[in-house]
Amino acid sequence: MFKGFSLVAFLCAAILSIASASAATISGAGATFPYPIYAKWADAYKEKTGVALNYQSIGSGGGIKQIKDKTVDFGASDMPLKPDDLDKAGLVQFPMVMGGVVPVINVKGINAGDMKLTPQILADIYLGKITKWNDAAITKLNPNLTLPDATINVVHRSDGSGTSFIFTHYLSQVSPEWQSKVGENTSVEWPVGVGGKGNEGVAAYTKQLDGSIGYVEYAYALQNKLANTLLQNSAGTFVAPSSESFQAAAANADWEHAPGLYLLLTNQPGEKSWPITGATYILMYKSQDKPDIGAEVLKFFNWSYLNGGDMAAELNYVPMPKAVIELVRGLWSKEIKGSDGKPIFDATVADGEK
Amino acid sequence: MTALDTTNNALLQGFRTQQIADRAFRGLTFLCAIIVLLTLGAILVALAWGSLPAFRAFHFDFFTRSVWNPVTVQFGAVAAIYGTLTTSAIAILIGVPVSFGIALFLSELAPLWLRRPIGTAIELLAAVPSIIYGMWGLFVFAPFFSQHYQPWMSAYLGPIPVIGQLFQGPPLGIGIFTAGVILAIMIVPFISSVIRDVFQTVPAVMRESAYSIGCSTWEVVWNILLPYTRTSIIGAIMLGLGRALGETMAVTFVIGNAHKISASLFMPGATISSTIANEFTEAVGDVYYSSLIALGLTLFVVTMAVLTLAKLMLLRLELRLRG
Repeated sequence: MFKGFSLVAFLCAAILSIASASAATISGAGATFPYPIYAKWADAYKEKTGVALNYQSIGSGGGIKQIKDKTVDFGASDMPLKPDDLDKAGLVQFPMVMGGVVPVINVKGINAGDMKLTPQILADIYLGKITKWNDAAITKLNPNLTLPDATINVVHRSDGSGTSFIFTHYLSQVSPEWQSKVGENTSVEWPVGVGGKGNEGVAAYTKQLDGSIGYVEYAYALQNKLANTLLQNSAGTFVAPSSESFQAAAANADWEHAPGLYLLLTNQPGEKSWPITGATYILMYKSQDKPDIGAEVLKFFNWSYLNGGDMAAELNYVPMPKAVIELVRGLWSKEIKGSDGKPIFDATVADGEK
Repeated sequence: MTALDTTNNALLQGFRTQQIADRAFRGLTFLCAIIVLLTLGAILVALAWGSLPAFRAFHFDFFTRSVWNPVTVQFGAVAAIYGTLTTSAIAILIGVPVSFGIALFLSELAPLWLRRPIGTAIELLAAVPSIIYGMWGLFVFAPFFSQHYQPWMSAYLGPIPVIGQLFQGPPLGIGIFTAGVILAIMIVPFISSVIRDVFQTVPAVMRESAYSIGCSTWEVVWNILLPYTRTSIIGAIMLGLGRALGETMAVTFVIGNAHKISASLFMPGATISSTIANEFTEAVGDVYYSSLIALGLTLFVVTMAVLTLAKLMLLRLELRLRG
């Protein structure tokens, strides 16, 4: 069956490549977190235009390395590069899609959204300072819950990941002690706990260990029916994780004044903002050696911005807010140029063609 | 006359081509053998070259510190080496006696009709991919172990002085001990099928003479089978140990992945290969990347050291018995 399928696919590809000489393959590599949505967009885009995307989800670190080696047309990273590094490498970055990181717990009798946590309590649990579920700080905040006298089993990611970066960045922001003792990175030296490999590993450990707390991408919390907590945001309200609260965080962020669009969406202002939100980024060269291919890449992302929102929502990703999309589309013609100094792609002109 | 000459010539010609073919064949096999050596050398050089930045940054401290902190860019291999050696030791401690029992049963005690099915089942077990063991370990064995055996072990083994410490701690189900058990299950098929095969090479005459002078089965095994197959058995154990030292996926799933050395075997730890598997894709920065390669070099050296040590032990045993 596979033989037949691949034969048909091969024939289709052959016919397509004959039919349209411009049909090309664009290549990218990097973050694993956005891989499902990039693949979905690429499928739909190929059906429409014949341009195929070859995306290797090898991890953000690998993506940064590959774009610097120029082995791919774009890199993808969950951790944005600092403006200095960006300039040094001659790269531009822009956010493509967002997701939220959610603390999940496994305590008998406590359901999703039952438990409230403050940033301080979350940091203290991960620092190993709060070790029991009936700690005074937790019971005081949740007077209506009966909490067991059980040890808190802390679960974290064992592999380097953008999810860990967003989570540790958040903890660094809300807890000076976390910042000085542990810090932020795709992997850190965790003071306590066990490490699960990947979101699925953390989900599995959290499910199995009684009295555990972990953090996963929102989609994994939904799929595995894990009990998420409410978290206090910077405005002081306790919010639940949802597409709306993730989007609120992005909408309230000040993108206009962020050089290199270097902006981490953790602990954003706004009453409805979910505090642990993050965007995943695309990296491209400012000066394109092969303007044709660079233009194809931008066309793909332009199409994804304009038409990919529903597909993203289906997979529990959060599309970028309209204002941010317009900002990025403006940035393309300003910053990404061919070797002749002319912009390789103008989003407004592309709209006019439609 | 001339007819004889031509036959002679033809014969001579035949010899020559045969000689050339022989020589070519020898060259070819030599090439195959040398490729292995070259590859080994190339890997070693590449690992050493890749780990230079790490050694430049930490010098010998890399092997004496247990810190593993990507944020402050401080790395040391001790915790990972400890995890690797401990899990492998547990695997050998559990795996060898079990394999031995299996091999003994299959070659000496089992009824003939049962030998083949069990033997085939064990060989099939050896063909199961390691990720399957990892998933089974995480989703089936770990919860079962933490609910039924771990509390029991903590209660009964925990209070024993000195070694009791090894079995204290919360029943997480994942950790160094679980990783060791999974490794034991993985190496049993290898060790047991090799031992069974070498037991069967013992000449029937020797067995029968022993039985005929009234030896019990145990005496036959201890005094006839074991001395006769000693070298091969140690070889089989080394094969298992080599696999346990380098196993990656299954261990990564169940060891808990914490860069710490804990007194208790029930606490999470990390091995060299699990650390590399976990962190290689997202290692940003020269020193971090290079430290992971240095870990790879360390595993290479540790494995070689363990295997060399085993070979030396074998040699000494051989000499003592001869002299």
